[in-house]
Amino acid sequence: MEPTTEWLLERYRLMVLIRQFELRAIEERQRGLIPGFIHPYVGQEACAVGACAALTREDVITSTHRGHGHLIAKGGDVRLMMAELAARKTGYCAGKGGSLHMTDFDLGILGANGIVAGGIPMAVGAALAFKMQDQRRPGGTRVALAFFGDGATNQGAFHEALNLAGVWKLPAIFFCENNLYGEGTPQHKQGAITQLSARAAAYGMPGVTVDGNDVVAVYQATAEAVARARRGEGPSFIEALTYRFRGHYEGDPQVYRSREEVAAWQARDPIPRLRALLSARGVREEQIAALEREVEQQIEAAVQFARESPLADPQEALIGVYGDTHGGAVF
Amino acid sequence: MPEITYREALKRALREEMQRDPTVVIWGEDVVAYAGGGAYGVTAGLAKEFPGRVRDTPIAEEAIVGVGLGAAMGGLRPVCEIMTVNFTLVAWDQIVNHVAKQSHMFNGQIKVPMVIRTPNGHGRTAATHSQNFDAWFASIPSLKVVAPATPYDAKGLLKTAIRDDDPVIFLEHLQLYSTRGEVPDEEYLIPIGEADYKRRGKDLSIITWGRMTIESLKAARILAEEGIDVEIVDLRTLRPLDVPTILESVRKTNRAIVVEEGWRTGGLGAEIAATIQEQAFNYLDAPVARVAGLEVPMPYARNLERATIPFAEDVVEAARAMMRNEY
Ligand SMILES: Cc1ncc(C[n+]2csc(CCOP(=O)(O)OP(=O)(O)O)c2C)c(N)n1
Ligand SMILES: [Mg+2]
Repeated sequence: MEPTTEWLLERYRLMVLIRQFELRAIEERQRGLIPGFIHPYVGQEACAVGACAALTREDVITSTHRGHGHLIAKGGDVRLMMAELAARKTGYCAGKGGSLHMTDFDLGILGANGIVAGGIPMAVGAALAFKMQDQRRPGGTRVALAFFGDGATNQGAFHEALNLAGVWKLPAIFFCENNLYGEGTPQHKQGAITQLSARAAAYGMPGVTVDGNDVVAVYQATAEAVARARRGEGPSFIEALTYRFRGHYEGDPQVYRSREEVAAWQARDPIPRLRALLSARGVREEQIAALEREVEQQIEAAVQFARESPLADPQEALIGVYGDTHGGAVF
Repeated sequence: MPEITYREALKRALREEMQRDPTVVIWGEDVVAYAGGGAYGVTAGLAKEFPGRVRDTPIAEEAIVGVGLGAAMGGLRPVCEIMTVNFTLVAWDQIVNHVAKQSHMFNGQIKVPMVIRTPNGHGRTAATHSQNFDAWFASIPSLKVVAPATPYDAKGLLKTAIRDDDPVIFLEHLQLYSTRGEVPDEEYLIPIGEADYKRRGKDLSIITWGRMTIESLKAARILAEEGIDVEIVDLRTLRPLDVPTILESVRKTNRAIVVEEGWRTGGLGAEIAATIQEQAFNYLDAPVARVAGLEVPMPYARNLERATIPFAEDVVEAARAMMRNEY
């Protein structure tokens, strides 16, 4: 299926929104509005946006320490995100979560995760819940998609969870964003094989490798995996080759990689690529520029909102130690 | 004496032991590749100095520890780095079921000379990245658990830990790496299991370790101006506990406050308070008090975080209350 221009424009808007959000968060951190550290998603936007485009709101994802992009791609509100980064009462987790643990369960995100591979078994559990409850659901079962990095594929939790999903034929999708590094260690020094999608074979599921900087390719691979899962044919593994343009965390001196390597990947930036495609489809420059300005205003408003929001009251640290003081939902 | 950082003191200990004993090896996540060598720069440069003996691992804590155990049984002296204490959770089966039990369960047929180094304590990064597991480690028989507060202690204890034939959990506090202190150029060792008086005083005993030793020293200066003369017992080793020194101090001052950063319930403070009342009840002029962390997952916001972990002011308040006989 060829995506429509309208569809492409919406992916472009989301990718720019992620990019601008991250760049502004980096700036606001330097200015002191944001107290904690962040792991920017800059460069990987096509992964979150392409994958989430293949999901509905009822499908769920699990996210990672590099999770801002996933949240925006699933429909996150940048005002509440910026407020959370600024540790405000109005933020997604009222200042309790911060960058590592910022999420919106109403959008079907079962948490961002500070522990590498921590979210993967959760996605498998959600997939089991869906398989058991959605047998008569029109359109097929809901699916659960786990986002994780290349580094996470070396954790026990990854292998245990994938095997279980394979054994139980669950509607789960394992989406690996292979950005070639886990912190400072290159992927080839961490894994005995470099094509991570090959690992899928060990768990009885198909595995594909796609260009993670091509939003259409990411979408198509994910849509295929979703269709399989909805039909009850079990899990799939997608490896998306991508690159993070910034350090592992903001402030990382990046001694482990060369400027040339970064520049080579920047030449494959997913955003100008999609912009070029839009132009080729005949979208006028003014229209794209207007969309970019709108995003800028949205980010500006988010920063304003965060700035003007109150800090949480220290007493609130004690609220919600048990779920009964918070409420809480089930999917 | 020259002043160096806690980080540098640890590195010197590693370097000296690697020079002394070719079986000492290091591995962990990014101990070679990362910014300064390890997430906190402790191993920076060592890979160059000791080719082949410092290794980056995949993100696989269970393997880091389990492989360490196997290598220890195979004749090496591994010093395994777990990037932060939070990630030891992934390795707890290896630590508790295997590393700790191996020697006793197999009736001494094998020794396990390994060290697991990890930064413990609050890290300004919210719930999954700001935790204290010192009390948990200290509750496990057959582990030795060390938690130095100063560069001097860090160096002397790490050298001893590496030479020890039992497994040692070496807890470095996240907030201490850049603190400075005097460390002599000459070699020295500090025995595991010996507490240290960081301050002598007569009015009350503060029993503590790690970052809270530093906070307690600040508190002592404030209290001294008010005429309250506190003694500070820095445990340095959390298992085995130096009970004789704790009792010696309490029998002299007749009052004790145990200060810890972690959660109160099941904390090491509970164990120490119980030990004092069992063995020095008649010496006490007041119930043993505890200053500890609030029992919540660590929030991200600074002001909320501040409300959940103790600082010098909290120690000052507890000491004042005790001297006013308020309990
Ligand atoms: C269990 C665990 N070990 C170590 C860490 C520290 N850590 C945070 S992110 C990271 C690298 C993750 O690499 P990858 O999965 O490739 O994701 P990327 O950062 O490249 O997006 C590490 C080692 C952690 N958070 N959790
Ligand atoms: Mg990676």
